[in-house]
Amino acid sequence: MKVMPMAGKTKAPSPGLFIEDRSRRAKRIRRRAIIGQMAIGLLILVLWEGCTRFGWLDSYYWSSPSTIVRVGWQAVVHGSLLSDLAYTSGATILGFIAGTLIGSAIGLSFWWSELYSRITEPYMIAINAIPKLALAPVLVIMFGIGFDSKVVLAFLMTVIVAAIAAYSGVCNIDKDLEKMLISLGAKRHHVFLKVVVPSSIPWMVSTLKINISLALAGTIVGEFISSRQGIGRMILYAGQVLDIDLVWVGVVVLSFLSIVMYLGTVWLERLLMRGRTPKS
Amino acid sequence: MSELAINHCSKYFKKDAINFCAVQPITMHVESGQFISIIGPSGCGKSTLFNMIAGLERPSEGEITLSGMPITGETGHVGYMLQKDLLLPWRTILDNVIIALEIRGMSRKEARQRAIPMLQKYGLGGFERDHPDALSGGMRQRAGLIRTLLDDKQVILFDEPFGALDAQTRLQMQNWLLKIWNEFKKTVLFVTHDIDEAIYLSDEIYVFTKRPGRIKAKVQVDLARPRNETTMMEARFLQLKRELLLMLNEERPHPEFDGNEGDAHGG
Ligand SMILES: Nc1ncnc2c1ncn2[C@@H]1O[C@H](COP(=O)(O)OP(=O)(O)O)[C@@H](O)[C@H]1O
Ligand SMILES: [Mg+2]
Repeated sequence: MKVMPMAGKTKAPSPGLFIEDRSRRAKRIRRRAIIGQMAIGLLILVLWEGCTRFGWLDSYYWSSPSTIVRVGWQAVVHGSLLSDLAYTSGATILGFIAGTLIGSAIGLSFWWSELYSRITEPYMIAINAIPKLALAPVLVIMFGIGFDSKVVLAFLMTVIVAAIAAYSGVCNIDKDLEKMLISLGAKRHHVFLKVVVPSSIPWMVSTLKINISLALAGTIVGEFISSRQGIGRMILYAGQVLDIDLVWVGVVVLSFLSIVMYLGTVWLERLLMRGRTPKS
Repeated sequence: MSELAINHCSKYFKKDAINFCAVQPITMHVESGQFISIIGPSGCGKSTLFNMIAGLERPSEGEITLSGMPITGETGHVGYMLQKDLLLPWRTILDNVIIALEIRGMSRKEARQRAIPMLQKYGLGGFERDHPDALSGGMRQRAGLIRTLLDDKQVILFDEPFGALDAQTRLQMQNWLLKIWNEFKKTVLFVTHDIDEAIYLSDEIYVFTKRPGRIKAKVQVDLARPRNETTMMEARFLQLKRELLLMLNEERPHPEFDGNEGDAHGG
């Protein structure tokens, strides 16, 4: 390997000199980790396929990767897999966005009045403790078996979590920063916009990943209860007619959806945390 | 007419159902363009006095005027710098220093145009797009002061601004502050623990008693300006230092009465 002389800084080091390069080491580890991860994934698929094909696992219950791909493709071409996917992800994302925005607004609003936040706090905790999925049948009756009830469930799953996160942000604001701004002649709305909101962002961002999966769980339960569309309804229907291959297709599709939405929140997190070090 | 007048201002707090005096009635008149330092034992009420001048706390009695106008309990009339730089960590240095202009309603673009030459002139050129955590303590304090200067108040309060810096950096910052004070002709009130710092920078030093604080003495610093490191070796400098040190020693709390020196007015 050729050693490059550092321009103008040092003389060319003699060959054979040990030069520490941490970034290269880190890069090497990252590359090997990816290879290892892919190898394990492939191994699981091969074992699954092999075990079901040779009868070590009952293919009636366990299906198999090749069957899942085949049945899945049929569901795309002849069935309604794509529109079901759009339905489920649409309800999840809408509920997630509404829950995060409204929840964050509620949490941030506690900054404005100590009395108001003191009065509200126990109710927030109580509402958070309610198993909201157990309310799903009521919500479906209230909001109908259509799209709305799914969005409402996804919303309810996320809103309190987002509110509590934003409120923790509000509680952790550096009082001296507020004081500094006020000494500069700032009014309360300046302090809110220039200190309270930005300094709470890391707290709000930290719950995005949890909330997107909570929203998905809400939507799916809503579809289980009663629905004409959606991946959840497809799984329920397939289970009822004992089409276990199709159940597996639903599970795999939901897993992929979950991963894609997770990556979406990672991207959103990067966007919102630009120029900051993440909250430890 | 004096620029800043503190007329008979005191501050009481209620602690455990007892009225507790943090600052005894203080009267101070500061002329425009003066550099005034305040030294005194910790807990004697220096920060409380500054909070009252800045309008963050209301005096229990008395009045504060700026150029004859009453400003008691009002914020936004004087600049205020603390030991913590209080830069917003999510903003770049440039966007930090313009915050006062933003609050006044100036557009970010215009505020930035005004701030960039200031940053370049006063030692922060090249750091405009950096975030505060990329800067050293001294550089962050510079950014804090430029933020205060852009706010353009005639009077600036400094509460131990260099207390967290190492000796080397602190000296650099003192020289830098003197330069800025000279160029901008600001009126400065400066709290410090460091007697050398007080003498080196000031026209006048107020010595406070231990809590509850009141003015014990007012010492004129008759050292020629401009001052530099050799000023600190002059006989007059050392004489002043000796005087101030002895005065502060008298204010050391006696350990056997520790915590009991507060003025207790039954409540
Ligand atoms: N908000 C407050 N409530 C009660 N006591 C206070 C408050 N602020 C300051 N004090 C007390 O007033 C005294 C003076 O404090 P301070 O002004 O911070 O002193 P210094 O800055 O000179 O060290 C201290 O004993 C402090 O405990
Ligand atoms: Mg103090």
